[in-house]
Amino acid sequence: MTKKATSDNVKPMTEALYHKVEPQLLQKMHETMIRARLLEERLIKMSKGGEGFFWIGGPGEEAFNVPLGLLVKKGQGLDHDYLHLHYRSSSIMMAMGAQPIDTIRQMRTAATDPYSRGRNFVNHYAIPEWNVMPVSPTIETQYSTCIGTGIAQARHGGDGLTIVNGGDAGSAEGDFHSCLVWANRPALPLPILIIVVNNGFGISTPAREQHGEENISDWAKAFKGMPHKTINGNDPLESWFAIQEAMKYIRRERRPYLLEALTSRLNGHSSSSGANRVDEPDCITLFEEKLVKFNIMKKAQTEAVWDKIRKEIDDAYAQVKTEPFPEADDIWNGVFADGLDDSYPKKGGS
Amino acid sequence: MANMAQAIRMALHYGEEQLGVREIFGEDVGAPLGGVFTVTQGLKNAWNSPLDERGIVGAALGLAWAGYRPVAEIQFVDYIFNTIDLLKLCGNSLWCSGGKFPAPMVIMTPTGSGIHGSIYHSHSFDSIASKIHGMKVVCPSTPLDAYGLMISAIKDDNPVLYLKPKALLRTKGAELIPGEPSDEKALREMIDAPIGDRSKWKPRWPNLEEYEIPLGKAKIAKEGSEATIVAHGRMAPICLQVAQEMRENGQGDVEVLDLRSLIPYDWSAITQSIRKTGRVIFINEETEISNFGEHLFRRVIDEMFYELAVRPRILCGKAVPGIGLSPVLEYASVPQKVDVENAVQELLAEAA
Repeated sequence: MTKKATSDNVKPMTEALYHKVEPQLLQKMHETMIRARLLEERLIKMSKGGEGFFWIGGPGEEAFNVPLGLLVKKGQGLDHDYLHLHYRSSSIMMAMGAQPIDTIRQMRTAATDPYSRGRNFVNHYAIPEWNVMPVSPTIETQYSTCIGTGIAQARHGGDGLTIVNGGDAGSAEGDFHSCLVWANRPALPLPILIIVVNNGFGISTPAREQHGEENISDWAKAFKGMPHKTINGNDPLESWFAIQEAMKYIRRERRPYLLEALTSRLNGHSSSSGANRVDEPDCITLFEEKLVKFNIMKKAQTEAVWDKIRKEIDDAYAQVKTEPFPEADDIWNGVFADGLDDSYPKKGGS
Repeated sequence: MANMAQAIRMALHYGEEQLGVREIFGEDVGAPLGGVFTVTQGLKNAWNSPLDERGIVGAALGLAWAGYRPVAEIQFVDYIFNTIDLLKLCGNSLWCSGGKFPAPMVIMTPTGSGIHGSIYHSHSFDSIASKIHGMKVVCPSTPLDAYGLMISAIKDDNPVLYLKPKALLRTKGAELIPGEPSDEKALREMIDAPIGDRSKWKPRWPNLEEYEIPLGKAKIAKEGSEATIVAHGRMAPICLQVAQEMRENGQGDVEVLDLRSLIPYDWSAITQSIRKTGRVIFINEETEISNFGEHLFRRVIDEMFYELAVRPRILCGKAVPGIGLSPVLEYASVPQKVDVENAVQELLAEAA
């Protein structure tokens, strides 16, 4: 299996590449990456401080996920992109314009949590207005559900596509292979951007012990003509151009593309393993070094962004602390779309 | 009269013509076969999927989220077990998203024994299905009910698991489906694919009409005053026949309640019938430990204990790992007509 991106093997992007995009875009990426990072750090603190329970999220994936979120054709319905995400996708949501306060609400299991009304773990988004399909704690089912919106979009035409992401460990599940088979059916190829974010671990188990594939993206080779790529997901520009290329192909050809991004995992799997910072390359640090070196931002400017966002997250956190928890009776809402009949058993026994 | 397979096929045709069903899919569901039980023959929106049950359920859920009303098939319920966490996702989609993501979809699948299907074509799934909260579960016993339940299932905004009793798919009903020609042969010629080359065949559909069986509503298949049988699916016609014969033979006046919907179930109909008769037996073909009928049994004990004349009963499959191919083994595992007769006679015989 390909070695994960580290400080030593990350190919430095050329200065020319950084000047291929507007400086405002780089600054926006930088600010969004910091927003996602500081949000996650706040969530971890809440988990450790007893102001929430389990934490799971995506520190270390910002350099791939922020460009992805910025490139999404956002909106509702078949003409827009559908997202079937896993629980490390906070940066995608921040890039799409989600508010950190809403994720903090979910962490605190507040009644105001717009994604699950206090029912689901943090970073489990569900936003119909943006085609963000419900995130499930299962690590693989999104690779099956994405087939459905892919079919709908293949029938519909236009340039909307379906995006699915998951991890290297989840790619061992059958659903990942279901996705590849269904997306490549000669009867109806599907416009799906199939993403595997390879951070090298499944909880505590190193991928190199379990996966004999050279690259996970090599699975695409089984399907004639299916484009695929493994990229350094720790660099936002390499990610930006790779995602852009993949999306351009899918929007035009209405066929699938398999993209593997090698990233760090900066706080372990979840709060179950302590969520402490580990010694892996930090994509934001690497990005800032380049922004300063290429004269796109001054160091003081980058530091000011951290201060600004830190205050934004602190204010959001303070607000959420004043908000109510769900009412116990809320458990009966949403069992069925048409509500519950009076005779539905509600006692929990005799 | 249409058989149950034809009835469901006509309901699906009505669904694709009138109710916006654009995707009907599963293993061998499209041409040329049109389903291993012919349920999807000739449907314009039916297509073959890869042999992948998880993909089928996942695709259906994704389509439902995209605003479609898909109908997907799992070829036999015995093959549905590897989709459990996806079914769970269908059931919990609305609840987990705080009410934002309904999942209007139908998963249909042949269930139960009675075709000498051996270990992997005889399973029942009732109790497991009933544990997937948020998903409705239906199981018809007549072609007309099968037609009406499918139309209601398609229109429902919840995921619906539609269990087709495989032993009944070839049985004919006593009632015409609205729009069905009265001549059985004419119907066959119109909608059954010919044997052999079908590449040029096109069905001629009768002018079907909407007919709904509300989900959650049971049917009194036969009125009676001395005891209540609560059954569904394959066991319902067997129970009905036993009750009719008992009445003719002067052995008792037994009411047969055909549940039709397992989730939600018609508790009101069950309680009303038991209040009338004071005696009840729950009959189904699923195995004991834990059986869907056991839940109803428990609830009767809880809520109607003092209204019962005698202890309630349950008659169901034996708790063994499979249903053997030998008829001796199958009949020893699954309730047969004689078992129903004996159990109901015993229920009537006990002194109050």
